[in-house]
Amino acid sequence: MEKMSRVTTALSSNTISGKTMFCHLDAPANAISVCRDASQVVVAGRNIFKIYTIEEEQFVEKLNLRVGRKPSLNFSCADVMWHQMEENLLATAATNGAVVTWNLGKPSRNKQDQLFTEHKRTVNKVCFHPTEVYMLLSGSQDGLMKCFDLRKKESVSTFSGQSESVRDVQFSMKDFTFAASFENGNVQLWDIRRPDRYERMFTAHTGPVFCCDWHPDDRGWLATGGRDKMVKVWDMTTNRAKEIYCVQTIASVARVKWRPEKRFHLATCSMMVDHNIYVWDIRRPFIPFATFEEHKDVTTGIVWRHQHDPYFLLSGSKDSTLYQHMFKDATRPVDKANPEGLCFGLMGDLAFAAKESLINSDTNRKPYPGGDRRNPLFFFKKTDPTEQFAHVSSALTIYQTGLDSNHMDWFVSTAQRYLLTGKPFAELCDHNAKVARELKRPQVSTTWTMLRIMFSDPANLPAAGLNHSLSKLGSLPLMNSFSLKEMGSVLASESRLERGKGDSRQDNIHLETGNSHISNNNEENEETEGSDGPAECMFGDAELDDDDLYSMDHENQAEEQEYTLPQEGFQLRHEIVDNPSAPEHFQQDKADSPHVSGNEAEVPCLTPIESFSLISISQPLFTHHLPASFFCPIVREMLSYYAEQGDVQMAVSVLIVLGEKIRKEIDDLTQEHWYMSYIDMLQRFELWNVSNEVIKLSTCSAITCLNQTSTTLHINCSNCKRPMSSKGWMCDRCHQCASICAVCHHVVKGLFVWCQGCSHGGHLEHIMNWLKSSAHCPAGCGHMCEYT
Amino acid sequence: MMEVQDQESLGRWDRLGSRDLSTRLEAMEIISQEVTRKVEAIGPLTSSPPATGTVLSSDLNDILAHLLMLSKRCPFEDVRERCIQLLQEVQDLGVRIPRPLGNGPSRFIPEKEILQVSKVDSRTQSIFEDAFAALGRLDNISLVMGFHPQYLESFLRTQHYLLQMDGPLPLHYRHYIGIMAAARHQCSYLVNLHVNDFLQVGGDAKWLNGLGEAPQKLQQLGELNKILAHRPWLITKEHMEALLKAEEHSWSLAELIHAVVLLTHYHSLASFTFGCGITPEIHCDGGHTFRPPSLSQYCVCDIANGNGHANLHDDQLGDQDMCGEVEVLMERMKQLQECRDDEEASQEEMATRFEREKTESMLVVTSEDEECVPSRDISRHFEDPSYGYKDFSRRGEHVPTFRAQDYSWEDHGYSLVNRLYPDVGQMLDEKFQMAYNLTYNTMATHKDVDTSMLRRAIWNYIHCMFGIRYDDYDYGEINQLLDRSFKIYIKTMVCSPEKTTKRMYESFWRQFQHSEKVHVNLLLMEARMQAELLYALRAITRYMT
Repeated sequence: MEKMSRVTTALSSNTISGKTMFCHLDAPANAISVCRDASQVVVAGRNIFKIYTIEEEQFVEKLNLRVGRKPSLNFSCADVMWHQMEENLLATAATNGAVVTWNLGKPSRNKQDQLFTEHKRTVNKVCFHPTEVYMLLSGSQDGLMKCFDLRKKESVSTFSGQSESVRDVQFSMKDFTFAASFENGNVQLWDIRRPDRYERMFTAHTGPVFCCDWHPDDRGWLATGGRDKMVKVWDMTTNRAKEIYCVQTIASVARVKWRPEKRFHLATCSMMVDHNIYVWDIRRPFIPFATFEEHKDVTTGIVWRHQHDPYFLLSGSKDSTLYQHMFKDATRPVDKANPEGLCFGLMGDLAFAAKESLINSDTNRKPYPGGDRRNPLFFFKKTDPTEQFAHVSSALTIYQTGLDSNHMDWFVSTAQRYLLTGKPFAELCDHNAKVARELKRPQVSTTWTMLRIMFSDPANLPAAGLNHSLSKLGSLPLMNSFSLKEMGSVLASESRLERGKGDSRQDNIHLETGNSHISNNNEENEETEGSDGPAECMFGDAELDDDDLYSMDHENQAEEQEYTLPQEGFQLRHEIVDNPSAPEHFQQDKADSPHVSGNEAEVPCLTPIESFSLISISQPLFTHHLPASFFCPIVREMLSYYAEQGDVQMAVSVLIVLGEKIRKEIDDLTQEHWYMSYIDMLQRFELWNVSNEVIKLSTCSAITCLNQTSTTLHINCSNCKRPMSSKGWMCDRCHQCASICAVCHHVVKGLFVWCQGCSHGGHLEHIMNWLKSSAHCPAGCGHMCEYT
Repeated sequence: MMEVQDQESLGRWDRLGSRDLSTRLEAMEIISQEVTRKVEAIGPLTSSPPATGTVLSSDLNDILAHLLMLSKRCPFEDVRERCIQLLQEVQDLGVRIPRPLGNGPSRFIPEKEILQVSKVDSRTQSIFEDAFAALGRLDNISLVMGFHPQYLESFLRTQHYLLQMDGPLPLHYRHYIGIMAAARHQCSYLVNLHVNDFLQVGGDAKWLNGLGEAPQKLQQLGELNKILAHRPWLITKEHMEALLKAEEHSWSLAELIHAVVLLTHYHSLASFTFGCGITPEIHCDGGHTFRPPSLSQYCVCDIANGNGHANLHDDQLGDQDMCGEVEVLMERMKQLQECRDDEEASQEEMATRFEREKTESMLVVTSEDEECVPSRDISRHFEDPSYGYKDFSRRGEHVPTFRAQDYSWEDHGYSLVNRLYPDVGQMLDEKFQMAYNLTYNTMATHKDVDTSMLRRAIWNYIHCMFGIRYDDYDYGEINQLLDRSFKIYIKTMVCSPEKTTKRMYESFWRQFQHSEKVHVNLLLMEARMQAELLYALRAITRYMT
């Protein structure tokens, strides 16, 4: 909260007071300007030209300058300025190219004083010299700036920018310099006494520079705003204009005005879309210092009410209102900002930054036992007494998950070894099951096997194929040993699940339990996350699966009970279950246990069977087998489960391998989300090839089009370093072939490899061969080439 | 099976666009093998082809037509030569080969005036190669625009981005919207072109039966298409709201901007197509024939538009009447430039001049006599075929005035487009500027002429027809600079392009060169696009606020 006492001291004459208030105008405003003693404001627009007095409680219309039967286009104002020395003098810029001055001291109703019609196009801006009473400057669409002496009937000098239209002209506070901003992005500096050429020109923005404003105190600071949504502050005291601050806003910047008495503050409003007025501290370019959100349409004019009072801002808008904003009523976005951040690292590490006070108050937290480590890092920003920002010092905490640093290896190697296409469905499943098993992820492995059995169409699949795959399975070493005492372990893992749920929330990527400190983790997570709801959902999923399996079994029972079950079926499955190292198993365990205890009939279709004879017996039964689509709900649940668990790899891989069989079951958005997550992870692990394969195999249009973006390759000529125009292998400029192989001296069309030390290179094969015999560069430059 | 074949056939043309000579030769080799195979499959032509044979032979015919196109239009000489050779070989085998109909890319401009693909400067060559690589063809529009390579480059970049690069709409939607927009002006040329593209990117052929078969979402766009094409000033934020808030069929803002840009692009491109009398692509329907040349010499459209050989001698006649036309025009421009400061028209006078010009533009008669009934083939792509510009001009409806200073492309339109469809704002901006500022400082045979006044008059006249007024322009200038026959041409081309005839094209600016007339067409096209865009974007802005 600002203190009003400061206001009064800052003002030279009478005190300013008031409140946030507004009045309706008859028409949209294009520009506003205040008189020097801050008691009146003039509003100009296409259909409005009025003077209002600013009173304590309200705006009062004092004078309507739009007079005459049929107001001419000279009244259609693009800009207006009230003279800061002569309080009866105003100037307007008309859309038809006229520059008009108005004398309020005239006794007649029509206050029009002088009319200059020298500009051929719309005049965008007029500006009085701050100290020279009779000097008026205009900038127009025709690319000219004209300086008028109000005692004469014509302009005294014309400045040609030699470029497109002039958007803004501003006199510097103290001397005879003025800045002009242009539609092509340039800003020019002129001396008013030298109309022949500008003193300096630089490109400030891409696209039009809509506005500029000199700093009222800091001589040489110029703020510019452009269509490229940026506000830049330039230091003009040096030889080359130097950009010292840059604020990125969300829309093109229409006006910029320095805040009086506050060295680093400026106000902006935008040309389109965004209706708010922002006051920025240019040293803090990310969040506006204050925001005024009153207007319902774009703000077209902003002006500080008094040149020494930073607490009153006036604004006019296309919504036909005129506002006085009190600084104390402004919204402070920084108060709403959430100074907390949370991010996962690639390896499952978790970084958490929060206000230091928040972290410190939390003193009763237990330190981490064992493998989990907490690295508190504290950052302080040196305080600057002129800054009015709340000083936030944040604490950054990094949590590591477990000591095993290679714990994401399974992901990488799974990604590399999985086969997603190119073979019959059953073989893909078997292959992937094998990969998973070898990586000690038996649950995943089992899932693949189950998928194969569920979806290999038994009616069409020749028995041989099935037998073949089964026999292959049977020969795997893991299948050979089993024990029967696994019921206990199943139960144990279930109970562990209760404790482990927190853990699985904490780290979506890596899921490893078996640590002794799960309960601690749990506690920590309750503190940070506040809820373990999702974990309960997971239970729900698992139970649902049970139901599904049950119901299916009942339907199937009549048929399947006709043959006897091989005992081996049981044991094999137990063997698969037996690996309580990862929590992914919980669902599997839960889902499986009912079959173990109750429904034995279901087993044959879930488990590989070693005996050939049994398969051949069951063959006729398979022809009456359930259609593959019957399993779709289960598989869908299963995929969602994996995705929820963080193993989006499994979800996507299954999605690709099953292809049409499951695609329709899952809505496109979810699929897209999974694909995006998986591709993102693959790319973070730099598994570019796999990621590309996934993109290619995906059927979501949003994903496949990823491969069609950024397909342009820009190359520079290796001789002259200029960009190559698209004309084959010859460089336009130096007329030499770019990218010549240092070994064979032919143009390389294809893979080009080069040494980063000497930048010589050539065909991949040639260089590889060369390096077998020599370590020196084949180009003869004497460099000892290094290739990684 | 058919789909697989289609895929293959598409792939086979693609590789001809490669910049690498050997790749092209390889691709050519594969094509020639396939042609030989197909020719053999058909067998001796003397026997009447059985039912299965027609499929085969129509397939072969398509390939032959494509080869014919390549032999004329491919920017790579080797491909052209090889295609000619291959066609010759096929003919020698006794197969009937196609020949191009019409004379060159434009009906209005003699073929010899237009750049030959084989004789262009390196810059244009490079632009052509790019276009060919991107689309697998070099269309007649590009060839005609080749008069102005700077502009062509900007045009192709924008079009390529709109159709093929990142954007909110799926590819087949983009082509379909192009078809919708072109069909609004019964521009069969653009429709045919994009029907092919639409199918190529995997569009559902069923949609082509009519808008009714397309998804609800696209059907809703029909209304906007209609108004935008004929009376853009009637667009309100309610139209936008209807599209943006249609529950499951609703458009997102970004999609809508994309669609609007596409619609306006194709409306104005249709104007250009008719304005320059672009002939059908050689490989499309109506671009070639398998009939021997002894039959009719006319293209069907020529007959429909009353362009026969009849007006061949018009030129000589006209030259006498219009002698000195250019000089008169230049003299007027000079006068206007000098007298401007002396004669100060009152503001009321200026306003009246605008209104007068606007009203008069309504009364400029486009050839009303012939009631052009759109061929059924094209009209199925839009509803309400009777809705046109002329309806309103007959009733003398009032076009409200749109103040350019209140909503300009540079300040407002650009920001909105770039916000919702990044980069496109920039490209359009460059294209508009390129068209507006393009000049060679020549007029007919005169050099070192400042044509800015003339260009501005043309630009503002078109905006004036759409009710867009610039406060800082004296509309009296238009009357001085644009004569009646030119106004008729502009009016026809912008408002009902399908009625443009060769006579109109020839009767304005008789002494000017064809390249200058194409330049005028570019101005007309861009000015029209900007006018439509301004109305549509203003409505979207109003919806957003």
